[in-house]
Amino acid sequence: MEPILDRIKKGEILVADGAMGTMLFQKGLKPGECPETLNLTNPEILEDIARDFLNAGAEIIQTNTFGASPINLREYGMEDKTEEINTTAVSCVKKSVKGQAYISGSCGPSGKLLKPYGDVSSESLFLSFFRQMKALVTSDVDIICVETMIDLQEATLAVKAAKTASPQIPVMATMTFDKTPKGFYTVMGVSIKKAAVDLQEAGADIVGSNCGNGIENMVEIAVEFSNSTNLPLLIQSNAGQPETREGKLFYSETPGLFAEKTKDLIDAGVSIIGGCCGTTPEHIKAIRKSVNSFQHSTE
Amino acid sequence: MDILKKISVSIQHGDDQSVFTLTKRAIEMNIPPKDILDHGLIDGMNIIGDKFKHHEIFLPDVLLAARAMYAGMDQLKPLLVKDGIPSMGKVVIGPVRGDLHDIGKNLVGIMLKGAGFDVIDLGKDVPPEKFVNTATIEGAKIIGMSALLTTTMPVMKEVITILRNQNLTDKIKTIIGGAPLSKEYARQIGADVYAYDAANAVESVKQLIQK
Repeated sequence: MEPILDRIKKGEILVADGAMGTMLFQKGLKPGECPETLNLTNPEILEDIARDFLNAGAEIIQTNTFGASPINLREYGMEDKTEEINTTAVSCVKKSVKGQAYISGSCGPSGKLLKPYGDVSSESLFLSFFRQMKALVTSDVDIICVETMIDLQEATLAVKAAKTASPQIPVMATMTFDKTPKGFYTVMGVSIKKAAVDLQEAGADIVGSNCGNGIENMVEIAVEFSNSTNLPLLIQSNAGQPETREGKLFYSETPGLFAEKTKDLIDAGVSIIGGCCGTTPEHIKAIRKSVNSFQHSTE
Repeated sequence: MDILKKISVSIQHGDDQSVFTLTKRAIEMNIPPKDILDHGLIDGMNIIGDKFKHHEIFLPDVLLAARAMYAGMDQLKPLLVKDGIPSMGKVVIGPVRGDLHDIGKNLVGIMLKGAGFDVIDLGKDVPPEKFVNTATIEGAKIIGMSALLTTTMPVMKEVITILRNQNLTDKIKTIIGGAPLSKEYARQIGADVYAYDAANAVESVKQLIQK
């Protein structure tokens, strides 16, 4: 396949996949279970999810490795399974996409705070990310996706760990911003501008935002990113804030809204559009449709 | 500037060494420990809580202020106990079973301690029985539960069911919080209060304890 960055350079818009967690729960993951154990116990579920998103039109499919760094896995007593969990996650996606989509190695936050705010040192956090990244790149992912970050130092450590594990494999890095009266900031107080600058300096090839409070905010976030950096942008929005209806989890933003807002994201200069929590293959289909009509109109 | 004001300001700056030294000096000056607590430590944390609520500062500033608060609190605690000063009340907190996310819960713990409550922090991944047993043994009137994951939030209901089965809902009130939760969810599962952020959690606990 043609390298992702080359396609972006040509002005192509790429579609990424949707929610992993939401899909896992639909397929039987129990509350409180470590989502990454499924890689070892039920790999067929991961193959199904990858296939569902591929068929919906996604061409970047993520691995179920969001919490598969050794520091995360230690909480479940599975630190020593780091390599196996990451490797199997990649091979599940590979089996389903059969070269028709890029495999994106997902890496989420450690859940720990760095010193002096918490008790983790930057060295040990780097080593934790590095071990996961090494497992991902040796299993042949096409791209790494550092995502849902709120702490910039942690995010840059993850990006550097990926680049140390493989300088060639491109790295996407996204953070989660809240809207405050003074603009968008992460919980740790990181502005979009600062995120864009520091992530680029750490070596990220693509930057942007994921998760959050719905796709309308994401359009504003994308505009601000575009004013802050020349790097390609990635946006993966939640389908709104989760609500509970009759005891079931419900995300209010429809595929229709995603189709509409995809146009705004493209206008804002976003190169890769996908979804986060609550986005189903239907949302991805909607994004795909909007992206296609845009690409045809420019041909 | 008076020494208690200095303590408050040092807390706001997250300067734990100053808070330690100033608190020590204030104790040596025979200022009643309760005054040092109220007009020094709690005053500083109140201002921090307020600024955080209004997005003037962010989580790192709160965490540093908390560290500074503990530098004073550790010295005051034994003196407060000796003086027989009751705390504002005991609160048991923790993320529910299966949830390993404790940053938000820690923040709530900090704010509650900063407001003068006794906080019994159960860590993370807390089984439903443990919430109830700890609250009963410790005589806590409030159980605070958090969940970041949509998959762990249903566990909150189990805690409330245990309280109901043991006829404890009058004695022990429940407050819930976390990104995927809502007022509506609290109503559905029968929790007494939903707190939308850490500052709101402290206000709600104060109201619950007065009831």
